[in-house]
Amino acid sequence: MDNTATRYLIRNASLADGTRTDLLLFGGRIQELGTALSHAGATVIDADGLIALPGLVDLHTHLREPGYEQSETILTGSQAAAVGGFTSVFAMANTSPVQDTAGVVEQVLALGERAGYVTVQPIGAVTLGLAGERLAELGAMATSRARVRVFSDDGFCVSDPLLMRRALEYVKAFDGVIAQHSQDPRLTEKAQMNEGALSSELGLAGWPAVAEESIIARDVLLAEHVGSRLHVCHVSTAGAVDVIRWAKARGINVTAEATPHHLLLTEDLVRGYDARYKVNPPLRRREDVDALRAGLADGTIDIVATDHAPHPVESKDCEWDAAANGMVGLESALSVVQASVVDTGLLDWRDVSRVLSAAPARIGRLASQGRALEVGAPANVTLYDPAASREFGRDKLAGKSTNSPYLAMTLPGRVVAVFHRGTATVLDGVLRAPAELGGREEPHHG
Amino acid sequence: MLATSGWIDAGIINAGDGTHEHPTQALLDAFTIRRRLHKAASRGKGLDGVTVTIVGDVLHSRVARSNLWLLTTLGAEVTMVAPPTLFPMDMTGWPAAVSFDLDDAIDSGPDVIMMLRIQQERMNAAFFPNSREYSRRWGLDDERFARLAPTSIVMHPGPMNRGLEISSAAADSAASTVLEQVANGVSIRMAALYLLMSGDREES
Ligand SMILES: [Zn+2]
Repeated sequence: MDNTATRYLIRNASLADGTRTDLLLFGGRIQELGTALSHAGATVIDADGLIALPGLVDLHTHLREPGYEQSETILTGSQAAAVGGFTSVFAMANTSPVQDTAGVVEQVLALGERAGYVTVQPIGAVTLGLAGERLAELGAMATSRARVRVFSDDGFCVSDPLLMRRALEYVKAFDGVIAQHSQDPRLTEKAQMNEGALSSELGLAGWPAVAEESIIARDVLLAEHVGSRLHVCHVSTAGAVDVIRWAKARGINVTAEATPHHLLLTEDLVRGYDARYKVNPPLRRREDVDALRAGLADGTIDIVATDHAPHPVESKDCEWDAAANGMVGLESALSVVQASVVDTGLLDWRDVSRVLSAAPARIGRLASQGRALEVGAPANVTLYDPAASREFGRDKLAGKSTNSPYLAMTLPGRVVAVFHRGTATVLDGVLRAPAELGGREEPHHG
Repeated sequence: MLATSGWIDAGIINAGDGTHEHPTQALLDAFTIRRRLHKAASRGKGLDGVTVTIVGDVLHSRVARSNLWLLTTLGAEVTMVAPPTLFPMDMTGWPAAVSFDLDDAIDSGPDVIMMLRIQQERMNAAFFPNSREYSRRWGLDDERFARLAPTSIVMHPGPMNRGLEISSAAADSAASTVLEQVANGVSIRMAALYLLMSGDREES
């Protein structure tokens, strides 16, 4: 069954600005908006009390395929994304083989299309094999069918200043952006947690804020010098927010992201040595969390991105020092954003649709995503119930891995339905089976 | 973590975890200090007002951390001395005085001076220029040892780097408790095992 042949009438939804409307989805587009639209031939979805957001876009997802399929595959990661309200994810390059050639990014693109749940947009590596020594074929990836615009060695910092300068300069040729994992490698050797009073007491090797802030300061100055575009991944410290605020005031072309976990959780969780809380950059102090929230509210931080990082149980169920860094975050992202910045009065739902959809799509130059819910726009829609409250258990996870820091926490909100180019991927809060999606190969940039 | 996981109901003794804590070392050090100071009358006594100076690689030392908590709990006053590179970044919550100057600490006349081992691997990681400079500034050499009060005691958890953090004269002097620490370590660990395995006094 071709799902785009199904007509969906979403009845009585609230848009992010509060206006009530029906939405008629057909042919992969939003066909009509208005009140009391005709339901003839349509599957009707009662959206009374639900917010209709443009489908969410994650600029920072680790899908693990090819190479680490024991953690996640493009299919299972796409399913986790759909359950979380996403209609697009940018797939980080640290796969095996690394996404550093046109061939690999096209393979990731094709696997995403086959899965069909979300638009999977590959990110290209900056350097060959993420080794930080020679530039990867950035131009070949940009002109490949995957049309890569975001380049990142995420997991590693492009720490060589000359290489970073060249990368920033080179991607100007095709309107690319370098997404930097800002971590001075020498200042963070063997680092296990945020460096401060708690790391001093626990005797765990510290990851100092200055290791992040000094790289960001260098990179914004490089971006200014060569007139290029920089994106700062997972900003985690108050000082980093200050540096980026200064750079933006100076007119430097820089964007920045914060993760849901850095907006909600603090380093105190490390005390129990539960490795689900081990992440890179590490959880920081309450002051840092507050500064990130303020930065997101005043626009210094442009977007929220998950850094969804699945790991198998054996990489987490071990002593702290041996455990892998990372948390899964797609399924919980919208709820955590609601808890940390909406319910606290810092952001409204228009801001949420900006930081979780419009802005990440714009930074990643993905024209088909992040569009306002208007007639003629691609039918990427997420219906969300902000009044719900639920205990976040394993049953809420749809990916392959369970390394979520929120298990057993009560989180607000619930994703009720998701439409990706008019195809329902989630209905009544339940992920639809692959067969129900139609399994149709879709054109990539529609 | 194992102790609070709920997976097992057996008792657990921390025999030293990474650079965090080493509780039985602190117990044997406290026991050794008390024996030296109070002799046969030491049973039941605390360490009220006893001044203890801990010198060396505090950053990587589980011995220093456990001693800090135990000795201050027993009433001792703890001073830590190290090069700034070998202190943890933020010690504001630590009930200890912090100093970079071993000579000042010696001249204040501590009852106890505890020297920590300098690991070989620190030499090449820019914590200090080289072993000669470390020894000159933060080692308990013969000259500094001679300035200690005759009643002061010299401790070291072992194994020692003679000539680096401690001179042989200091290590082998009558003030040194190094061998007592080793012997008391056996007794303390036997006691810890006995208490844990035999259960609560009320139940037995
Ligand atoms: Zn990263």
